Amino acid sequence: MGGVQAHIRDFAAELGSRGHETSILAPADDEDDLPAGVVWGGRPISLPYNGSVARLSFGPVTAGRVRRWLGAGDFDLVHVHQPDSPSLSILAVWAAEQPLVGTWHMATDRSRALVGFSGILRPSLEKVAARIAVSEAARTTLVSHLGGDPVLIPNGVHVATYAHAPGWDELRAPGGTVSFLGRLDEPRKGLPVLLAAWPAVLDACPGARLVVAGPGDVDEAASLLADEVRPSVRFLGRVSDEDKARMLASSDVYVGPHTGGESFGIVLVEAMAAGAVVVASDLPAFRDVLAEGTAGRLFPTGDAEALAGVVVGLLADADARRTLRDAARRRVPRYDWSTVTEQVLEVYDLVLGRRVRR
Amino acid sequence: MEVVVVALAVLALLALVLTWSAGRLDHLHTRVERMAATLDAELLRRSAATLDLATSGVLDPATSMVLADAAHRARTVGPAQREEAESALTEALLVAFADDAQVDTLDRDAEARTLVAEVATTSRRVQTARRLHNDTVAVTRARRRARFVRAFHLAGRASVPEPAEFDDRVPAAFAR
Repeated sequence: MGGVQAHIRDFAAELGSRGHETSILAPADDEDDLPAGVVWGGRPISLPYNGSVARLSFGPVTAGRVRRWLGAGDFDLVHVHQPDSPSLSILAVWAAEQPLVGTWHMATDRSRALVGFSGILRPSLEKVAARIAVSEAARTTLVSHLGGDPVLIPNGVHVATYAHAPGWDELRAPGGTVSFLGRLDEPRKGLPVLLAAWPAVLDACPGARLVVAGPGDVDEAASLLADEVRPSVRFLGRVSDEDKARMLASSDVYVGPHTGGESFGIVLVEAMAAGAVVVASDLPAFRDVLAEGTAGRLFPTGDAEALAGVVVGLLADADARRTLRDAARRRVPRYDWSTVTEQVLEVYDLVLGRRVRR
Repeated sequence: MEVVVVALAVLALLALVLTWSAGRLDHLHTRVERMAATLDAELLRRSAATLDLATSGVLDPATSMVLADAAHRARTVGPAQREEAESALTEALLVAFADDAQVDTLDRDAEARTLVAEVATTSRRVQTARRLHNDTVAVTRARRRARFVRAFHLAGRASVPEPAEFDDRVPAAFAR
């Protein structure tokens, strides 16, 4: 499940626990793949779009399905996510008669064609009464494309789940445990940068261990490691939400070596909530989450040598780790679902012109 | 004396046949060029018609975005990616007009009807133009392979014509 899907699922659960009724419409290859309570919006079509092959939801059949869902739902409000690609979201915006709220998650590369034909999207997007961006990076892109002044509301994390996660003793190592989470074969997640830095870390801290979690070809990823370094690296494969929390709670340092394409960095917040000290690339979104390096350390994006230096420095300095951990602990409440949900409900109130909170 | 007359007659005949064959091949090459230009013009008309439709607001925004992106790409890519881009435009049109209901709905609006009709016409003409072009290419290539033509290098420096390889299917709803 991608970050946006997880966000929508968790937010719907928050609304449900506050007594609101929700219905989620989402695309899937197979109707049965969807979690309970999610309405199937059709099968995405793979088509060249904006310079690469994308999975798109469009066409008359899909539009009809969106219209029927809106008509049958008796909704007070429709909340769409990332409605600037050919998707169920933009179709819902187009067909909805209800008040609309939109959330922009990504700092997207705009379709080159649409730069010239902004008239296609503008009429629809003007219907969105309130626009939310999840990060300063997403906000900047949104403003440059559509102008205006979107509200900034971050993605949510269940802080308590991570703060109280049980440890995973097997992962702990005398020289310190460093962890990573993300697709192994997605270069933008930056695993190669971390693996390039690892031998230098191990040199300085011989007892250290690197824990790598995430789907992808382990053998291919491990081939980037020299044989003498390999035993210090543990690959967990894809992990459940529970195991993710346990892994983060047992990490001294969590590394976010992404090289681009991230507009939020929810996993950094999860690591901070779990008590791991975060070291991340200095991407705009990450600088934001780490409060310009005061709630975690930043290194120049893609610079393995600098990354190794920062990690070695932290593993050797328990005081520095404690200071950063405390700063992170003070930082994370703003990302807690309780805070985030209140902020979104406030937007709902303003759009509907009444109080929806109970 | 008689031998000389016969030899001259044979040479004259050969010259005549060579000239005639070279002329025929030349005509074929010219025809290929003309068909290529026609195909190019039809493709440009199709992408222009698609852009008009996509930016008119008569379609839903998702379909509009896909069609505008594909049509824009087809009009702007370099020659090396042209066929791939035209196939992508065909594919986008196939999905956008996958069911007759879409066309029937659009048929009720005068502006939409005109715009869709233009896309339908140009889609059909693109298909015909590609087939005519490739047919001419096939004939020309077969002619160039003839032993007589090869022996006397009648094709000269004219480059071997290539068939246009892209998806030219027409949405079923347009095939009326």
